[in-house]
Amino acid sequence: MALPGWMLYLIHTLFPADTRRPTELGADVLIIATGAILFYILIIKGRWRHVWTEWITTVDHKKIAVLYLIGAIAMLFRAGVDALMLRTQLALPHQHLLSALEYDQLFTTHGTIMIFFMAMPFIFALFNAVIPLQIGSRDVAFPRLNAMSFWLFAFGALLLNMSFVVGGSPSAGWTAYPPLSENVFLPGVGQNYYLMSLLIAGIGTTMTGINFVVTILRMRAPGMTLMKLPLFAWSALMTSALIIFAFPPLTVALSMTLIDRLFQSSFFTLGHGGMPMMYVNLFWLFGHPEVYIVVLPAFGIFSEVVATFSSKRLFGYEVMVASLVSIMFLAYGTWVHHFFTMGAGPAVNAFFGLSTMLIAIPTGVKIFNWIFTMWGGRIRMTVAMLYQMAFIPTFVIGGATGIILATVPVDYQFHNTYFLVAHFHNVLIGGTLFGLLSGMYYWWPKMFGMKLDEHQGKWAFWLFFLGFWVTFFPQYLLGLEGMQRRMNTYPFGLGWHLLNVISTIGAFGMGAAFIVLVYNVVWSLRYGERDLTGDAWDGRTLEWAISSPAPEYNFARIPVITDRDPWWAMKESGATLANSLSPADIHAIEMPKNTPVPFLLGASFFLFGFGMVFSWWYVAVLGLLCVIATLIYSGFNYEEHALLTADVIRGTEASLGRLQA
Amino acid sequence: MVRFGKAPLLSRLAHISRRRWLFAAALLVGLFTTGCGPQYVLLRPAGPVATKELHLFELAGIAMGIVIVSVFVLYAVTIIRFRDRPGNRAPYMPNWHGHRLLEPLWFIVPAILLTIIAIPTVGVTYQLAHLPKARDPVVIDVTSLQWKWLFEYPGQHIATVNYLVIPTGEPVLFELTADSPMNTFWVPQLGGMEYTMPGRVLPLWLEASHPGEFWGHSGNFSGTGFASMFFHVKAVSPARFAAWAQRVHRTASPMTLADYHRLLTFNVVGESSYGAYPRSTFPSTKTGFVLQGGMYMPMHNDPRKD
Repeated sequence: MALPGWMLYLIHTLFPADTRRPTELGADVLIIATGAILFYILIIKGRWRHVWTEWITTVDHKKIAVLYLIGAIAMLFRAGVDALMLRTQLALPHQHLLSALEYDQLFTTHGTIMIFFMAMPFIFALFNAVIPLQIGSRDVAFPRLNAMSFWLFAFGALLLNMSFVVGGSPSAGWTAYPPLSENVFLPGVGQNYYLMSLLIAGIGTTMTGINFVVTILRMRAPGMTLMKLPLFAWSALMTSALIIFAFPPLTVALSMTLIDRLFQSSFFTLGHGGMPMMYVNLFWLFGHPEVYIVVLPAFGIFSEVVATFSSKRLFGYEVMVASLVSIMFLAYGTWVHHFFTMGAGPAVNAFFGLSTMLIAIPTGVKIFNWIFTMWGGRIRMTVAMLYQMAFIPTFVIGGATGIILATVPVDYQFHNTYFLVAHFHNVLIGGTLFGLLSGMYYWWPKMFGMKLDEHQGKWAFWLFFLGFWVTFFPQYLLGLEGMQRRMNTYPFGLGWHLLNVISTIGAFGMGAAFIVLVYNVVWSLRYGERDLTGDAWDGRTLEWAISSPAPEYNFARIPVITDRDPWWAMKESGATLANSLSPADIHAIEMPKNTPVPFLLGASFFLFGFGMVFSWWYVAVLGLLCVIATLIYSGFNYEEHALLTADVIRGTEASLGRLQA
Repeated sequence: MVRFGKAPLLSRLAHISRRRWLFAAALLVGLFTTGCGPQYVLLRPAGPVATKELHLFELAGIAMGIVIVSVFVLYAVTIIRFRDRPGNRAPYMPNWHGHRLLEPLWFIVPAILLTIIAIPTVGVTYQLAHLPKARDPVVIDVTSLQWKWLFEYPGQHIATVNYLVIPTGEPVLFELTADSPMNTFWVPQLGGMEYTMPGRVLPLWLEASHPGEFWGHSGNFSGTGFASMFFHVKAVSPARFAAWAQRVHRTASPMTLADYHRLLTFNVVGESSYGAYPRSTFPSTKTGFVLQGGMYMPMHNDPRKD
């Protein structure tokens, strides 16, 4: 039976050979099964309306936080499975479980997803869940923009993940250096997916940055001066400032590569006067601030967690703020240390080596301040605190190896070896991921009204912590043995096999930790200890003053701030928000109304991106027209607020037992 | 106000069972003894460049070791002493939030340690940019291709693929470029790597102190054949090097442009030698950079134009 030509074209374009391997077919089956389950829940059981009105069209920062969190955990799973497949392939020398192309695709998606679609949304989940509550605000400055940011992230993530089963994955590494990432060397749509998904998600990220800068600068409760701002909010402010100025170079680099690929220009091509090194500069001009974008929030989380679980004021608040600010500025001045080996000359290399060492000083100062926050306190070993406590030694070692790599001539030897791989996993897992998990366990009661089970959480923690060190300590030694990153296999004679086996075992330990973590979450959602006080951990900052989960409007009456740890001070003086609120204090509140615009905007961008990926210009133009139409519709929609009457709020507060009789 | 509690720290550490200590000690010894094998090529320098880099690594390692150990000790004392346990008699100071002497201390001490690393870092960075004894070094033009290495000896008029022979006891100047995606040229035992980039020629000097055989590899991912980008380096005495070069020049067949175009195919090949090669396959060094007083000076021309 002969298929018509257009159908053959579609099959060959959408499902080329590298999407018809066993792993991809397995993923296809999983996707179809998930789709069936979703169809059953949404359509057959009729939950569609609930999902649409409560979640998809929501502009409530607390719900957007939950959506981000779900996305981040899903992406952690996807990129974690990638990592396990990579480690399985590397366990033994001369192994060919995965083809070279498949290996390349997996490390590309592993890195891209972990950074852009796991760490970033996880950070935004915690920003959304906590920042407005911490600064005494009813929402972020631009709630609808916030929802748009989320849906651009979600559809960007969908686009990148789709590449695995439709059209083929990118395979030039998460850095995607040209000329390798150009058409000559990587034809096919994989790199287009990478470029389009990052561009789309990048719009959302930039908007989030703007949103939180405005929120933190403009929407603090009366009395909360900048020097009374909790450190997590300070870190969010610095992160957002970094985002705003770091993403444009990335957008430029990606757009130019996209124009190279789709329209045959030669910004970065091999011949025709292309300048690949310019891409490398632009990428790391974004890439290095990005490292601090993902680690500063972790610093903020640790500052909150360590003070709470030591039952003590944070040590050296002013210095902590100063170091955050100086890291923010210095972060823009270190990017060349990612390519000392590109022959920039001794003066440039020496400058960037020194600037990199300089940034270690404010970072090191923070470590000492955290330790001295514990000194003289009473340390409670909860899961959130355990992640913080694991973070300090891990990050100290990660920072020390970072200094070693900043020593320019040493980097000539270690560049792109497993020493480097171990170093950046050391700081990204030991810093960012430990921080985010600590934050998740810490703020979970505030987000969901129940605690995550501590016993299960400790199992997950120890598996994760030990698995981490078993995975990455051998990789430092592999670096000393000269093993380069991104090799899909290696010969037997170089002595690399033993350490690789150990590393793979550790990786599976971390995989087991993930399973325990998910079990912990699912179990706790059903049977977890409910938190009726709103203050699950004897907290210090404002978010613990209100009920858990926070009501739609957050604060029935915006409190006046007089102390750096306002809730701790209130508890000390015996005056809580709960017993000081009288019915007369409560007035009607104007809240933003739900809107389908953000979701539709995301979907339109997805259509546009999909068309661009396959160079189907009609689809792309249609998508772009949909984007414009959605924005115009949104611009003419004047009824964007709804009034929550005082009676409704009184009812809610009374039912929470937080109103004077 | 900062005092140790009644129970001495050491006696608390002693409560950790002896078997656990033994296990930890065995684990550490095991890991460090693996650090002595010959496979640790970065700890086995065979020339002055690698040696300088290793010494700097050791210096930075020791300085960072001091940081790590002191932070760990302070940290261990803190968490053992201030754990929230019934009957803990360590002082509880809920409002202690700053100290005028301690806080500057952890600016100053790391700054001193970093200065100790930074001064030799800058020194060695400049030293490695100078070619010592710049009188007429052996020059090797390196081109990375998909997925193979082409080495051309302009002074000896020969070319090799995937293997190198170099004279010992004198610096060798490598001129690096690519007719492919970027790679790095790296022989770990001889010294650090440098990128091979299309459209640019970068200089790198290395030296082998004694005869020996080393492996080299690319350090930058360049596609599906990247793992195969090994090459073999043989360091021999200058006399034997000259004899080898003459023999290759006499016996091996010359490379034609067609041969070069065959090398441009995306594949993995073995080692081979050529008795001559067309000069147009490598951008002229004079347009890439020149040596001036033993230091590389970039020329601001696009080498591809000539």
